[in-house]
Amino acid sequence: MAFKMIATAQQVPQQIVTNDDLAKRLETSNEWIESRTGIKERRIAQTENTSDLCTQVARQLLNQQQLAASQVKAIIVATMTPDYYTPATAAIVQGNIEAVNAFAFDISAACSGFTYALSVAKGYLQSEDDYVMVIGGEVISKVLDWSDRSSAVLFGDGAAGVLLQGTLAADAWLGERLVTLGQQNDQLTSGQLVTGQTNWQAPTQTHLAIDFFQMSGRLIYNFATRTVPVELEQAVLAAGYSLDQVDHFLIHQANARLITQLAKRLKQPLSKFPMNLQHYGNTSAASIPLLLDEEVQQGRIKTGDLCVLCGFGGGLTIGIQIIRY
Amino acid sequence: MTQAEILNKVQAVIAEQLDVEIEKVTPPTNIREELDADSLDIFEVMNQLEDDLEVKLDPDESIVTVQNVVDYIEQTLAAK
Repeated sequence: MAFKMIATAQQVPQQIVTNDDLAKRLETSNEWIESRTGIKERRIAQTENTSDLCTQVARQLLNQQQLAASQVKAIIVATMTPDYYTPATAAIVQGNIEAVNAFAFDISAACSGFTYALSVAKGYLQSEDDYVMVIGGEVISKVLDWSDRSSAVLFGDGAAGVLLQGTLAADAWLGERLVTLGQQNDQLTSGQLVTGQTNWQAPTQTHLAIDFFQMSGRLIYNFATRTVPVELEQAVLAAGYSLDQVDHFLIHQANARLITQLAKRLKQPLSKFPMNLQHYGNTSAASIPLLLDEEVQQGRIKTGDLCVLCGFGGGLTIGIQIIRY
Repeated sequence: MTQAEILNKVQAVIAEQLDVEIEKVTPPTNIREELDADSLDIFEVMNQLEDDLEVKLDPDESIVTVQNVVDYIEQTLAAK
């Protein structure tokens, strides 16, 4: 039993913040941001939390397939900006859409989160009556240091996801590769939460420390442009295909120059690497499904197309899913 | 490798990576300011040189000119 994607949907905040908007407050410019990252603008939540955005995605997925919420078996949300430590964002979504028969939990795997969540979801699809929602959602704007121009310009908010149905078709899901390089876990971090020594005798003190985003530039660049393409190629070959046979490479939308370099390393035409980061920035776990949804809705991904979904980021993690849409 | 060979290699890689004419890549050229290179460009140049010369290059912020790159590579190769 494998999965097929029977619906895609997205929900992004209405507020658009352009590079020029940021340049009014930070020592930066549209030219600097766009030339280094490809980003022109991003969506920033005003009052919405991750669960709000994910709930809207979930509702759209149900509407598209005219599926009753009670038919959903599981809801998995991939996020690094959950509403709470507990309850899981997925549980809130489950409650909001009244998917009373669904179990729900979050996955934390940074920008690989959506691909990791797909892997987990696969195990729950044991019949053609099984439906699982996999949604990536973030409100990274709420954990950024907005005075730090090196990181504030990179990220955006949004949510997107897919509705999976179990299928007996042998060529719907073709392979995956999940990699974690835990010894480099400190090279890309955001929000160290629990630290210091517990002082149980002074209960008014808090032991939560929030650190903002930090990244070892060259190491992460090398990880993205050297390690990731090697793993991606191996995953495609292991699935019995060549890179030339892939129709679409849906790469985590971190940075246009990274993606261009990836295409070069894989010796594939850039036309196979769609990008929408110019409008959304890096939306971490929402990045891949947001791109997938746009490509599907605009007819660029067609039924039968061979697609490689590739996330990479904090962990360090790499997640690759190979599907025939 | 001689200094001249290293210089030729560095000039070729920088010209290709930064998409500039090789005549503009002279030893005293300031890579960031005169060739409009940013940090990602520097990473790419170093990565390409690592691949081509089969040596690990981990320079610090003192790399400013083309000659700095050549000298750093010469030292690194000598230490191998």
